[in-house]
Amino acid sequence: MEELIKRYEYEIIANDFDIAGSTSSSIKRNLKSIGVDPSIVRKVAIVSYEAEINIIIHSKGGKMCLEIYKDKLTIRAHDNGPGISNIDLAMSEGFSTATNEAREFGFGAGMGLPNMKKYSDNFNITSSSEGTNIDIDIYMD
Amino acid sequence: MKVIDLIKELDLVKITDSFDENIEFTGVYIGDLLSLVMSRAKQGDLWITIQTHINVVAVADLLDLSAILVAEGMEIDEDTAIKANDLGLPILQSKMSAYELACGINRLGI
Ligand SMILES: Nc1ncnc2c1ncn2[C@@H]1O[C@H](COP(=O)(O)OP(=O)(O)OP(=O)(O)O)[C@@H](O)[C@H]1O
Ligand SMILES: [Mg+2]
Repeated sequence: MEELIKRYEYEIIANDFDIAGSTSSSIKRNLKSIGVDPSIVRKVAIVSYEAEINIIIHSKGGKMCLEIYKDKLTIRAHDNGPGISNIDLAMSEGFSTATNEAREFGFGAGMGLPNMKKYSDNFNITSSSEGTNIDIDIYMD
Repeated sequence: MKVIDLIKELDLVKITDSFDENIEFTGVYIGDLLSLVMSRAKQGDLWITIQTHINVVAVADLLDLSAILVAEGMEIDEDTAIKANDLGLPILQSKMSAYELACGINRLGI
């Protein structure tokens, strides 16, 4: 087990479109302030934004956390359901069940989960009606 | 190219004004679907969109975009302008379409 240097936890509230992205912004600012390489910050910004928005628009609310290790960053997203019934389908580019309201704001391209996978070094997702859990590692190499 | 020079050249409306006049943009990305913008726009890009909800500010901030240019004269939410002003992010507006704006920027050598 690698030694955890620091851990931040954030509460994400369902349906709160107006502050959508604020958790990802905090995460980004944290990493910038400790001097993490800009290309790594960019990857973290993308995956944390997508995870945060999904909790806001698709779930009943949840939490995100950022863990800083010596040579990697881990982003964990956890929500309280309703879960994803078909993960393979949800992971495919363009698949979206976003509401019309969410689409008006520019969400719903069906690219959030594919983006998370693309910009992470390890991507793990599990889901049940109790909730969805996503764990992402990004190496600082 | 400096954002303030683009404003003069294309006669853009300034929706925010608390930004550094030395801000430059190095490329352009056009899009309205936020997850596509997230994965495709690059640091330093000027982002042309018709989206105006406050979330555009989060996207531009996360990606270190230079400015947001709202096309088609779309009305910008007040919250959006307030947050962008706080962050020193330029938001500009024009009645032109994204295509017309892109052609105009292209003529300026970008
Ligand atoms: N946390 C979640 N809880 C429940 N369902 C989810 C969750 N995250 C994603 N989904 C389901 O997976 C689908 C695909 O998610 P993805 O993030 O790829 O696209 P999207 O959120 O619909 O649109 P985009 O992210 O491009 O704005 C969603 O439309 C939704 O049905
Ligand atoms: Mg999504």
